Amino acid sequence: MPLRSSATTGLKIVIVGGFGVGKTTMVKSVSEIRPLSTEETMTRAGIGVDDAQGVEAKSTTTVAFDFGRISLNDELVLYLFGAPGQERFWFLWDRLFSGTLGAVVLVDTRRLADSWYAIDRLEHHGTPFVVAHNQFGEPTHTLDQIRDALDLSGDVPLVACDARRRESSKAVLITLVNHLHALSSARQVTS
Amino acid sequence: MSPRLEDEVPDRLYMVTGGRSSVTDDAFDLVTLIVSEGDPTPGMQSEHARILRLCRSPMAVVEIAAELRLPVSVVCILLCDLLDTGRITARNPRPAPAETRLPDPDMLKQVLVGLQNL
Repeated sequence: MPLRSSATTGLKIVIVGGFGVGKTTMVKSVSEIRPLSTEETMTRAGIGVDDAQGVEAKSTTTVAFDFGRISLNDELVLYLFGAPGQERFWFLWDRLFSGTLGAVVLVDTRRLADSWYAIDRLEHHGTPFVVAHNQFGEPTHTLDQIRDALDLSGDVPLVACDARRRESSKAVLITLVNHLHALSSARQVTS
Repeated sequence: MSPRLEDEVPDRLYMVTGGRSSVTDDAFDLVTLIVSEGDPTPGMQSEHARILRLCRSPMAVVEIAAELRLPVSVVCILLCDLLDTGRITARNPRPAPAETRLPDPDMLKQVLVGLQNL
C-alpha cells in the first residue's frame, strides 16, 4: 500500500525488548502494512588487533529489525521499529534512536533482566520512554512489583498490555505520546 | 524462506555501490521520505531504476531497503547518487528543536489524534 503523495514527514517510535517478548507482534497489531524486515550491516575495525601485520582486521555484524507503518494524517507517517534490546546491538541504537519521538520498552516478567540494559541506554540517550508489560494469560506480577524489579522511576509510565490486540497496542502508543506531550508542554512552560 | 543478506556473496554489495562503503554526509534518516522526480532512463543501474519506480509515491528509506533487500547503508549510497543528480527529492523528518530534543506539543497532538482514529 503506497503512501499518500501528500506525505511529508516520517516519524518514528522504537519498540525495544528482549528476544521473543512480542515486539513484532505489537508492530503487526497496529501496522497498516504487513511488517517488513530489513537488515543493517556494520563493519567495525577489530579492537586490540596487532596492526603491525598491515591488515586491519574487521568484523561485520548483521542485525535484522522489523518495522511497520501508520499513516496518521495527510502529512504525518509514523514508523514503528522493533529493536533488539541486547547489549551487542548497541551500534544499531544510535541510528534508530536519533530523532525518534520516544520508545516503548516491552517487558516479559520471565526475563525482566533483559530490559535493564535497554532502560539504561534510553536514560543515557535522554530518549523518553514508557514501559509496557506484555501479559499473556493470568497476571503473575503486579505493576508495582515490576516497577520495583526494574527500579523504574515514578515518572515513567508503566502499563500492562496484550501485544496481540490492536486496541491494547494502540493504547500503549497513546500512553507514550501522552507522556511525550506532557514532557514537551512542561519544557515549553519552563523555557 | 528468502535468503539472508549475510549469506549473499559480498561481491554483490560491492558491485551495487561501486566499492563505496559509506556516505560522507548524513543526508538520510531511516524515515526520510523519498520521491522520484522522473522515470528510469535506459542504461541506468538496475538498483537506481528500481528505486525510481518504487518512489513514484513517497517511500521511506527503510521501506526501500526492505523492498530491495539491501542493507540500509547500501541504499543510502544509492540514494545519494540519485539525489546528487536531481532524480529524487528527500522529505526529511522534522528535526526536534535542538535545545529540548522533544517534538513540539502541537505536532504531538496531531500524532495523538491520528492514533486515536486508528
